[in-house]
Amino acid sequence: MEIKIQKRVLEVNETEAEKNRKFFREKNVFVLNMMSSPGSGKTETLFKTLMRLMPKVRVGVIVGDICTTNDADRLVKTGARVIQINTDQFGGDCHLSAPLVMDSARKIGCEDIDLLIVENIGNLVCPAEFDIGEDSRAVVLSVTEGEDKPLKYPLMFRVADVAILNKIDLLPYLDVDRDLAVDNMKKVHPRLPVFEMSAKTEAGYEPWLEWLKIKVFEKTGKGL
Amino acid sequence: MHEMGIAQQLVKIALDAIPKDLKNPRVEIIHLKIGKLASVVEHSLTFCFEIITKDTLLENARLEIDSVPVRVHCRSCDQSWEVTGPVFKCPFCEDGDVEMISGREIEIISLELEETPCVDQPQIDKQ
Ligand SMILES: Nc1nc2c(ncn2[C@@H]2O[C@H](COP(=O)(O)OP(=O)(O)O)[C@@H](O)[C@H]2O)c(=O)[nH]1
Ligand SMILES: [Mg+2]
Ligand SMILES: [Zn+2]
Repeated sequence: MEIKIQKRVLEVNETEAEKNRKFFREKNVFVLNMMSSPGSGKTETLFKTLMRLMPKVRVGVIVGDICTTNDADRLVKTGARVIQINTDQFGGDCHLSAPLVMDSARKIGCEDIDLLIVENIGNLVCPAEFDIGEDSRAVVLSVTEGEDKPLKYPLMFRVADVAILNKIDLLPYLDVDRDLAVDNMKKVHPRLPVFEMSAKTEAGYEPWLEWLKIKVFEKTGKGL
Repeated sequence: MHEMGIAQQLVKIALDAIPKDLKNPRVEIIHLKIGKLASVVEHSLTFCFEIITKDTLLENARLEIDSVPVRVHCRSCDQSWEVTGPVFKCPFCEDGDVEMISGREIEIISLELEETPCVDQPQIDKQ
């Protein structure tokens, strides 16, 4: 005998993500989900971004580092409200799930925040699959990772709304073709905005900050 | 990497779908649809599934996975085609705005049970 089901297996997470989206709309907060491999520079990029955005744009951060609080400790110095998340059995330790993000968002409060940034777990596969109720997804790729990463992890670059090519300060020391890296991202996602920058020297920061501020303003009417 | 989480959701949905009035239901096959771009590694999903279904109604059930090709549509020139590699550029127009139509599914379609539905029938011991 056959029993028809026809259900999305991740429906539970998707339903929760929709609830998050509604919550963030009510609180009038723009939510950015930042994803990358471990060590691409999410925390460093965030740190520099917060230093320049705060206090005009009021930012809250959820950090999904699985074993240490180093990232959170570092980001607190910018004046942003920061919370460290520990992954649960639903999320495992490879991505943040929608219920976990909601939990942390409630702890942070979201009342007097314009922008909530979620630093996801360092992984180019799993976070791409799990909606957390964000407004935009950013993927960070560092030039040290090689030009072909976008072709190896196409889903991540497909679901991204914006990409950062980080650590361009290291280009003189590497045998890396920066244009090819950008090209490969655009092969996977033709209209993906790509910002080439360095979290160390802050080269290339203006266009990225502009992009982010406009996104926040478009949704919330705040921060410009 | 997150196949365990997916396997857990899958098991929950499958167990919920088994009619409560069946005597000794035994699930033989679970039909799934998985998009080629979904981040699911089939053998690790099967592996996780086998581990967590020990001693449940799903023990020995087999996962039959129907893999769904990646199909895309260009909003700029209205063409549709199948993508087999990681390249999503529109071959018909320059800088097309390409959206995915299929290829990300992770769906449970149906269960195949060994037993026919028999409500409150006495169990007959076959020797
Ligand atoms: N040279 C250079 N190093 C960077 C840059 N961004 C980050 N890093 C370094 O790369 C390492 C990993 O950065 P981190 O922000 O912790 O990466 P995450 O794991 O993605 O959060 C740290 O040692 C950073 O100081 C950059 O733009 N240039
Ligand atoms: Mg970090
Ligand atoms: Zn086209």
